[in-house]
Parts: sequence; C-alpha cells; structure tokens
Amino acid sequence: MIPAAFEYHAPASLAEATALLAKLGDDAKVLSGGQSLIPLMKLRLASPGHVVDINGIAGLAYVREANGALTIGALTRESDLEEAEIVRTRYPLLHDTSRVIADPLVRNLATVGGNLAHADPANDHPATMLALGAEVVAHGPRGERRIPVASFFTGPFETALEAGEILTEIRVPAPPARSGGAYLKMERKVGDFATAAVAVQLTLGAGDVCAQVGIGLTNVGLTPIKATEAEAALRGKPLDESAIKRAGELAAAAAQPSEDLRGSVEYKRDLVRVLTGRALRKALERARKGA
Amino acid sequence: MRVELTINGEKHAADVEARLLLVHLIRDVLRLTGTHIGCDTTHCGACTVLMDGRPVKSCTVFAVQARGKALMTVEGLEQDGKLHPLQEGFVAEHGLQCGYCTPGMLMTSYAFLEKCPDPSEDDVRWAISGNLCRCTGYVNIVKAVRHAAAALRGGGV
Repeated sequence: MIPAAFEYHAPASLAEATALLAKLGDDAKVLSGGQSLIPLMKLRLASPGHVVDINGIAGLAYVREANGALTIGALTRESDLEEAEIVRTRYPLLHDTSRVIADPLVRNLATVGGNLAHADPANDHPATMLALGAEVVAHGPRGERRIPVASFFTGPFETALEAGEILTEIRVPAPPARSGGAYLKMERKVGDFATAAVAVQLTLGAGDVCAQVGIGLTNVGLTPIKATEAEAALRGKPLDESAIKRAGELAAAAAQPSEDLRGSVEYKRDLVRVLTGRALRKALERARKGA
Repeated sequence: MRVELTINGEKHAADVEARLLLVHLIRDVLRLTGTHIGCDTTHCGACTVLMDGRPVKSCTVFAVQARGKALMTVEGLEQDGKLHPLQEGFVAEHGLQCGYCTPGMLMTSYAFLEKCPDPSEDDVRWAISGNLCRCTGYVNIVKAVRHAAAALRGGGV
C-alpha cells in the first residue's frame, strides 16, 4: 500500500516546527514514531499534504524524575519507557502499560507523545495518564502551556492542541508513599488494540483507607474515559472487597463501548467491571509493598 | 529527496519520493530482496530490519526517515561465506518451513540476543511476539534462537 504523495519537512528546532505547523494548518500532520500515522496514510484514511517530521529535533527524548514529577519527553520511544529504571521501580502502572502497547518492534519506534497526541481511544497511554492525573506540555507559536490530561481529549482523534502546537512533554505527579498502580488489558493477541483495558493508580492512607485513586478506561468509548464515579465511591473508604466490587460496577456503568469484532456491548462492559476489580486489587497489593 | 544511508556496512544513496516506504527502498531500489513484505500493515514483522541497532518494521518507516542511519538486513548476517549462528540455529532446529517470516525472525532475534545473551523460552517468545509465523507454531523458532544463544555464548558452534 502506497500513501498519497506529500511534502516532507524535517525541522531542526521546535520553533521551526511550530512555525511550519501554524503556516500549514490542517493540511499538515506531525510525524513522531509514525506507527499510527503511517498505517493510516497507507490505508489512505489520512492523506496530509505535508508531513512535519519532528524526529530531528534534539532534546525531546528523556525520562527523569525531579521536583515531584516524572517528566517524559514526547519523543521517548515506548521501548525506552519500558526499560527505564525509574519507571520499573516507581511507576508500575506506566511499566505495565509500556509492555502491552502494540508489540516490541512497534515500541522501538512508537513514542509516548504520539500515543497521546493521536488521541485514539484504543491507545493505552490515555487511560494510564488519566489515572495518574498527568499533564501534557504543549509548545506553540505563542509559547508553552500545560494541559491536564483530563481535559486533553476532546473527541475521537481530537485533542485540546491548537493549530501550530506540538505536545513536547508529559508530566506525571510523583507518587506519595504507599502508592501503587496497575494496567490490565484484555487483547485477542499481542499487537491488537484492547477489547477493554483498565488503568488504576491509588494511594493508601492510614488503615488502608483509599486516600487517592484514579481510574482510566481504554477503548470503551469515543474518547478515553475517566471513571469519576467509581473514583468518588472509593475515596476516603477502606479498600475492602465490597468497595472494590462497587467500583467495578460504577466503572462498567461509565463505559460506553460499541459492538465490533472484539465483542458485544454487554461483554465489553462486563470486562470493564472484572478488570477494574483486578486492577484495584493488584494496585492495592503494590501500594502495601510500596515505600 | 536524496537519501544516503549505510546498509550492512556499505554506503548507498538514492533519490526518492517522500512517500516511498523503507522496505521498498531496500527491495525495489537497492535490490536487497532478502527483506520480505508480508502483511504490509505493521502486524507480521516479515519486513523487520535493524535501524541504528533496533529492530523496526520497515513497511512502517518512510525511506527519508532513514537518512544518515545505519541499517542491517538479513544479507548482513552471513560473514565471509559463513552463516551466522542464528542462521545455523534455524537450520539445526528446523526453525523454518516456508521461510517467509525468517528474515524478520532473524533480525529481531539478532538484536534481542545482543541485549539478552542467555534467554529463557519465555524471554524468546516475548521478544518475537511482533513477528508472525504461520507454519511452525514457533516451537522450533524458539529452539533455534536458544541454540544460537548457546553458540554465541560459547564463542562458536
């Protein structure tokens, strides 16, 4: 399959890239890892007149923790996130997620920024970042701004990024003591999108009371879903089996899946219920072990 | 657009359209046909090549993105008429039947063994999970990769 012809741009700086994007408008697409964009272009579901390749811009690939936040450069490859020591030891939810995105070869090119900016509700990082309460940093012709992930996804494949803006960094709040997270994904085979997946991040208070919790749902709606009612039902309560069961039911009620080859509406909704329970239990176990 | 790159240690250059895929540059322009095209949809991994040491699906990379990069394809495995231990492993353990997926399996395994010289069966299955084989059921491919790993650790077969 051959993509439609386009003009290729390889800016060497962010300023050059944002100026180009502002000038070219809707006819331009940003090329990051390309593992979603290129397949779409080959299928001619996307036929941009201009492709702006940001891979030549230095300084956009890093994973580091400083001043109470984990910062991830947008061009960080998923495989580098997966292998980062800080992620493996301190951010189990991110580590879980990085290991089930597409397949190991795709992860060698796919980027964390691209996974979010593409805003496919089937992508895995959106739910993860919703659960973690992350922010993204956008660079545009008028400078830099931060956008909470909770208000980043405005529709299917649509984000709060404005014309000329590039997502440059993801900021995840560093977890307090006694925190844990987990990502559980049901997929038909390695490399498939989730039939459904659930991301959970929680922090325990005294007596194993749930001090803070975030729950994100993958591929069960037109956008990634933050299960706010399930979160509210858990906050301030002891994390016992009845609370976990109730949260699973509320998360299932928040899901808005559609039927496709991966399953019926009822099946996917029930998967959300079951996966939410399992993710909560796994996150709880990790939080208890956590420093 | 001008693309200059290195493949298996040799310099190549070509003038290409921006939309040309890397796999087509390798096969159709430079005539290195060891790299296969399978699904053409980023699933099967038959087109896997190493780009700056990392295995990637060359049907999902534009040729222009490989400017200045060092590539390795399956043709780069054999040295001075001698098969690479991975290739010998695939022969010894019957790691292929139709052979279509083999170039991709070899390149993925090559990069994997550099990072993980003594893999378990599970490690190998994890590493090749982006490469599909419709003949073998993977059992002999896993054996072949571990055969090669042992040979490489021993400094020769």
